[in-house]
Amino acid sequence: MVTIVHPNLEDTDAKMSARGVSVYYGDKKAIDNVSIDIPTKYVTAFIGPSGCGKSTFLRALNRMNDTIPSARVEGDIMLDGEDIYRSKMDVVQLRARVGMVFQKPNPFPKSIYENIAYGPKIHGLADGKDELDAVVEKSLQRAGLWNEVKDRLTDSGTALSGGQQQRLCIARAIAVDPEVILMDEPCSALDPIATAKIEELIDELNGRYAIVIVTHSMQQAARVSQRTAFFHLGNMVEYGRTSDIFTNPQEERTKDYITGRYG
Amino acid sequence: MPEHTVKAFDEDITHLRGLIAEMGGLSELAIQESLDAMVRGDETLAAEVVKRDRKIDELHTEVDKLAVRVIALRAPMADDLREVVAALKIAGVVERIGDYSKNIAKRVGKIEGRDRFEPLTLLPAMGDLAAEMVHDVLSAYAARDPLLAKEVIAADDKVDAFYNSIFRNVVSYMVENPATISSAAQLLFVARNLERIGDHATNVAEMVHFAATGTYPPDEDD
Repeated sequence: MVTIVHPNLEDTDAKMSARGVSVYYGDKKAIDNVSIDIPTKYVTAFIGPSGCGKSTFLRALNRMNDTIPSARVEGDIMLDGEDIYRSKMDVVQLRARVGMVFQKPNPFPKSIYENIAYGPKIHGLADGKDELDAVVEKSLQRAGLWNEVKDRLTDSGTALSGGQQQRLCIARAIAVDPEVILMDEPCSALDPIATAKIEELIDELNGRYAIVIVTHSMQQAARVSQRTAFFHLGNMVEYGRTSDIFTNPQEERTKDYITGRYG
Repeated sequence: MPEHTVKAFDEDITHLRGLIAEMGGLSELAIQESLDAMVRGDETLAAEVVKRDRKIDELHTEVDKLAVRVIALRAPMADDLREVVAALKIAGVVERIGDYSKNIAKRVGKIEGRDRFEPLTLLPAMGDLAAEMVHDVLSAYAARDPLLAKEVIAADDKVDAFYNSIFRNVVSYMVENPATISSAAQLLFVARNLERIGDHATNVAEMVHFAATGTYPPDEDD
């Protein structure tokens, strides 16, 4: 299966690159021979029908599949040219550099402050309370949550609204100063206003971090990303500029999917 | 093309295409009848052409409304999006084509001594060419055929050449028959309208090409 990669990408610096990546769950091949460069300065969206492997591939990018005993990854995935599976890279370090935000907000059952401070503390990124305070404030600022929570940092993270919890999770990911942020359906449990705030946040973070987002909402992919990859039955069918994918896709299956003719 | 999972979407698109086809049919008829009226001096027919232009305007409004509704409610993507955007623009252009025919019809009563007025005989052939372009471009639209669209674009050269030849003819006729200058000037406007219709058909052809392929046809001559 050949992936159609649009020729006009002009992406020079790849933060992550996958080469010939296949992912198996036991005997079942969930991802078949995917190669892609994740650009440093853009938001990349993975779209495709349920079960197409987009989340599986996303999770391969920071070795989340390691926790599934039957999962096996073939091929190379590089972060800044370093193989994340075969090199001596520590998986905890990897996940600090490649952070993740999940579908349902999952704050720790701790205070808002502790939710953010936890990562920097265990990674030794802050020296003393003053520095930690600064990291917590900066992370919450960047996640657009500071003004809403600055007077209640000791409240439980789980007491926040769904949208606030998700921004708290993004703040938590940012707190360890990652290079890549992976988002797996970050808005599917949120209402449209909370969704808009997350999308605005993704826009704000764009350029500072390489961002990869898996989404079922094609409108969302169109709104927040600059690059889009379409997955289907474990293959990456087409990859290109988001504006091209949504106005003039080259491959019939991509077109059928995004115009609502699939299946 | 496979159907949309949401059937009502297909119905909207089909309806939109039907409206454009109807506009196209009416505007093609208007070209032929306005010229027919012009050549024969049939003011009743001319009045009918003028009156029927209102129907084209109404259809244009209907296309606008439906296209905006489809964009708002269905959020079309890829070729669907191009199709709806093209329909919006094509409806506007076809409406203009109708206006040019109406303008020709309004000049029917302004030709004096038409029995002895030779330049009139030059018009039908040019009108046929322009009407054929409109006819073909709407066929290309209906069939989503970019090749036929390109043929229409190429045909515009013939209409332009015709216009230049009529222009020279009428001007020399004016020199020789100064008493007919007023009528001859009317004819120049008629020829000019037909030339503009050809240009507009070319614009529609470019949009048909864009809707079908996602790219505009390359410029042939410049």
